[in-house]
Amino acid sequence: MKPAVALEYSGAPVGAPVYDLAHVSKTYARNAVVALEDVSLTLRKGSFTSVIGSSGCGKSTLLKIMAGLIPPTKGRVVLQGVPVTGPRRDIGMMFQQATLFPWKTAVENIVLPIEIRDGKAAAKKAVEKAHQLLDVVGLKGFENVYPNELSGGMAQRASICRMLITEPAVLLLDEPFSALDELSRDMMNMELQRICREQNATAFLVTHSIQEAVILSDEIVVMKPRPGRIAEIVEVDLPRPRTLDMMTTPKFGEIVDYIRGLLDKGEDM
Amino acid sequence: MTEFQTNSPGDFETVQDTVWKQEIAFIDAVPRWLAMSFVFVVFIGSWQLVTALELVSPIILPTPMETLNDMIFVGKNLLTGGYMLGALWITIQEVIYGFALAIAIGFSLGVLVGETAFGEKAVMPYLVAIDTMPKVAFAPLFVAWLGFGIESKVALAAFIATFPIVVGTAAGLHSADENARMLFKTMGASRMQTLIKMKLPTGLPQVFTGLKIGAVGVMAGAITGEFLGGGKGFGELIRVAASQLNTPRVFSLILYLSLVGLAVFAAVSWTQRKVVFWHKERVGAGDA
Ligand SMILES: Nc1ncnc2c1ncn2[C@@H]1O[C@H](COP(=O)(O)OP(=O)(O)O)[C@@H](O)[C@H]1O
Ligand SMILES: [Mg+2]
Repeated sequence: MKPAVALEYSGAPVGAPVYDLAHVSKTYARNAVVALEDVSLTLRKGSFTSVIGSSGCGKSTLLKIMAGLIPPTKGRVVLQGVPVTGPRRDIGMMFQQATLFPWKTAVENIVLPIEIRDGKAAAKKAVEKAHQLLDVVGLKGFENVYPNELSGGMAQRASICRMLITEPAVLLLDEPFSALDELSRDMMNMELQRICREQNATAFLVTHSIQEAVILSDEIVVMKPRPGRIAEIVEVDLPRPRTLDMMTTPKFGEIVDYIRGLLDKGEDM
Repeated sequence: MTEFQTNSPGDFETVQDTVWKQEIAFIDAVPRWLAMSFVFVVFIGSWQLVTALELVSPIILPTPMETLNDMIFVGKNLLTGGYMLGALWITIQEVIYGFALAIAIGFSLGVLVGETAFGEKAVMPYLVAIDTMPKVAFAPLFVAWLGFGIESKVALAAFIATFPIVVGTAAGLHSADENARMLFKTMGASRMQTLIKMKLPTGLPQVFTGLKIGAVGVMAGAITGEFLGGGKGFGELIRVAASQLNTPRVFSLILYLSLVGLAVFAAVSWTQRKVVFWHKERVGAGDA
């Protein structure tokens, strides 16, 4: 059984603001590196935003602050009206590595966030939902398989399920598919788009790939390094839903070129 | 799903594996049983040759036949519940109690050292300092403290086996990667949950490596304890046989003792395969 499509997705920034970052700065005390300087950003319900920028410009730092994993040095992060002061249930996160635990089956891995927060009994009740999610990402039949037997792409699909099991309002994604080959990555991106639409989730994706950012996003936050700050926020007004063949349209090429120009400028500084 | 199965990294490795296997040299292709028999025959053959040519005095090295005969004698004594069985049982008890003590202390200290900054800063340096001492030299102390019974042997066995278990446990707790830690943080896991549900299971392979090294140490500790502290164990039988220049007896006793050592090691290996079922070891004895 697939969850019913919650809302018809209606394109670029919709809905009310869910995530609000105001003047966020981060200096790592350990080495006095200024990783972020004065980042302000608003994400709207159901929108898809990507962050792009050269390595070391603070993308992961930004994500960790948004997730409540590390505190900002200055500034404020508010999610759904409540300031973020630590890890939260309404935040789902995914990293470059699937990080499934090899001693747990696919389903046991997926219900782990429930087990941690609500205990074993609640996790048991969530198994049914884990099965549904596995079906959504095309892993039906792999419920009781151990991660060692899953390919890289399948493992990432399972970790998508683990992220979704707590029904988070926002998805924070740190280069989730960059370890996959290009074909798998394109396919996973299209599925990510479908899942976000079905769950009406707000997504925030860190990526290295301009193409990936453009094909998925309503808005692209282009960052520049040393110290990490926002160079420009680019709106992508390609129609929804996006398909891979849009990558060959002139409009797509234009946006890609524009962002590449911004990134090159950032490098010169 | 098939598109992901075909171009997964895992599949690629299997393909490479099969290509490699065709290039394996003859010596690596010999089946295990044949290779083991071959080494055995060469070993016994050389032994027979050395004794038959009387290259060394029979008091120093008995013939394989003499040793076998003595093994049969000792075997009969053991099977019929003779005095040697009593001695063996004493040694086995020392090994079991010593190992249990080493596991309890080693694991606890390992968690203290691997999980807490206090343990790492304040306890580990002392452990390293003690570990570098020749632990056997403590045997007379243990005898003085605990007497000539099995207690002093248990103590020495445990003393020797504890350190590798501490090191294995602590290293295991450090082996969880940044991603796993971050993931647990995002799930709002407490420190205890992170330890029990993630760090410990992740570190189990290292814990078992420590246990295996400890299993070897515990045998050495028990026998050394008997050599230096008397008592009624198997080590004492060996000491007496050696003092009577009964070399075949010494040889056969050592061989029976090695069976005890093997059994302990095999028990640890077996437990490891059951508990750490996801981790396939490529190198190391007992992991065929
Ligand atoms: N835990 C940390 N301690 C100290 N410095 C850090 C830490 N994490 C990241 N940095 C530094 O902060 C800067 C931004 O890092 P990061 O956010 O990982 O960038 P990105 O994800 O864009 O590659 C880099 O210069 C990096 O060296
Ligand atoms: Mg990063």
